[in-house]
Amino acid sequence: MRYALLIDFGSTFTKVTAVDLISEEIIGTASAFTTADSDIGTGLNVALDRLRRVTGDIAFDFKSACSSAAGGLRMMVSGLVPELTAEAARLAALGAGARITRLFTHELTRRDLKDIEADPPDIFLMTGGTDGGNRACMEKNAGKLRSLSVRFPIILAGNRQAIDACEDALEDFPVTVCPNVMPSFGVLNIEPVQREIRDLFLKHIVNARGLSKTKEILSDILMPTPSAILSAMKLLADGTETEPGIGELMGIDVGGATTDVYTVARGEPIDMNVICKGLDEPYAKRTVEGDIGMRYSVAGIVSEVGQPWISECSGLTSDDCAALMSELLYDKSKVPLTNDDAMARFDHALASGAVEIATRRHAGVLEEAFTTSGLVYVQTGKDLRSVRQIIFTGGSFIHAQNPLDIARHALYTERYPMSLRPKKATVLKDDRYILSAMGVLAEREKDIALRIIKRELVSPGDISSGDDS
Amino acid sequence: MEQGNGKKLVIGVIGADVHAVGIRILEYAFREAGFDVTNLGVMVSQEEFIGAALETAADAIVISSLYGHGELDCRGMRDKMDEAGLDGLLLYVGGNIVVGKQDFVDVEKRFHEMGFDRVFPPGTPPEETIFYLKKDLEVE
Repeated sequence: MRYALLIDFGSTFTKVTAVDLISEEIIGTASAFTTADSDIGTGLNVALDRLRRVTGDIAFDFKSACSSAAGGLRMMVSGLVPELTAEAARLAALGAGARITRLFTHELTRRDLKDIEADPPDIFLMTGGTDGGNRACMEKNAGKLRSLSVRFPIILAGNRQAIDACEDALEDFPVTVCPNVMPSFGVLNIEPVQREIRDLFLKHIVNARGLSKTKEILSDILMPTPSAILSAMKLLADGTETEPGIGELMGIDVGGATTDVYTVARGEPIDMNVICKGLDEPYAKRTVEGDIGMRYSVAGIVSEVGQPWISECSGLTSDDCAALMSELLYDKSKVPLTNDDAMARFDHALASGAVEIATRRHAGVLEEAFTTSGLVYVQTGKDLRSVRQIIFTGGSFIHAQNPLDIARHALYTERYPMSLRPKKATVLKDDRYILSAMGVLAEREKDIALRIIKRELVSPGDISSGDDS
Repeated sequence: MEQGNGKKLVIGVIGADVHAVGIRILEYAFREAGFDVTNLGVMVSQEEFIGAALETAADAIVISSLYGHGELDCRGMRDKMDEAGLDGLLLYVGGNIVVGKQDFVDVEKRFHEMGFDRVFPPGTPPEETIFYLKKDLEVE
């Protein structure tokens, strides 16, 4: 027999998944509270004890993990122009599973430096300039970071002509050099940086996060959880050499504090008279909405969609909504007691709002432009209208009474015709939270991970925007 | 092709103008003349020209306009460049940059006042622009 143990150190729960590699089945899952403050191994051992009650005593061939415990991978990124190198750096960090605590454009100021010193990042990604382009931005910023009293790993991934000077200035920082995230204008090259972020996560962050104590338990792989999920999504879309994927897809994870949206799709223009603008879009793209979440970021959802919208969607009066909102302000652990109480209906509206806003921010947009040769459209971002599958993960969706009604908010609508979201889709639910575990398993056993994902995701049905043109 | 002269140009067609062929010809001609060219294509906004010039550390911005609305599209370009820290950067414009048949001396004067260093009338051969680029950027 061959078994694998997959561990997900979450901010609240440590989840463990046991996989039988021969029958390609999940033979047990269990969870326990994460104990990141003391020894993270304590919570893990509780979870493992619970798992053993299901699986019995088995020997694992390997044990791999992903983690978002203790704040996850906290990064700061810097670039020159907000829409160009700074955006490329942002996309690189998010795709590697990081949480971006600060994003700097142009030159760092004294205030910026104070902020960095007060709350230093796990990794600082510094970019700016195309190859052969602007050098001053990176060189000056490197000189400024040198004066800090704190040290942290820095990745240099900007204009290659500026690298030597930056390395000299930052000689007592752990510095690694990567190819430019935007080597020439508008061209995105973020994979090398993302590989480096993963390496650094393993080398430096694991120690800093109290995860090193688990080293004797783990075999080798440790990655940030969002990066494991993105990797599972990519595997599911693309397939392997022997096992076909399911094609282009969107993934949505509505969490307590943030809402993540993933797309594995090219997003190229569908219509003829479209001109693309802006930076290249990554094929596998992740965005994180820090102000959109079911418990810690309720206010963000309400301020974006508006109180009346929440009332209408939940069927509650605005007074009821306000009361529930202030309850959640005091007690983040509050959950619905029945399937149809006020809290459940409020949660339904919050989840719908979160999906609506997060997908609108992730998807590309069209703008109309009247030219001498008639009407043309300018597209920024990905055109996702032909994506036909949406994967949902996260408790707010899994436990929802009417998941399809929530999912519908991810679709194209006549109200926002310029937001290029899918026109119709099959909804797939990650009912047993296996996506992150399978992303980790895929590092060793791609085919097995893919077959398990395909079997585990369940579809509550299809949704359509009502306009199939 | 001449050997690279190390000078970097950002070029494009400004505004809601979709004339895609001319700018490709200019890109080719400028490259042949030894320039390092970033071609932003058609329907380029002032902000895109400025962003590209900043990231590539361009030595000049060359704006093309063929549909008659160039004057409107180019208004405020120099001010925005000053704001973005590109003060003093060489700025050219050329093509059918105004509506109708106007006296080019007047047109040139107006664009000079808007902060453009050189203004080229319809039908200017690329060689002429290249000649002035080399002169202004002190190539050779």
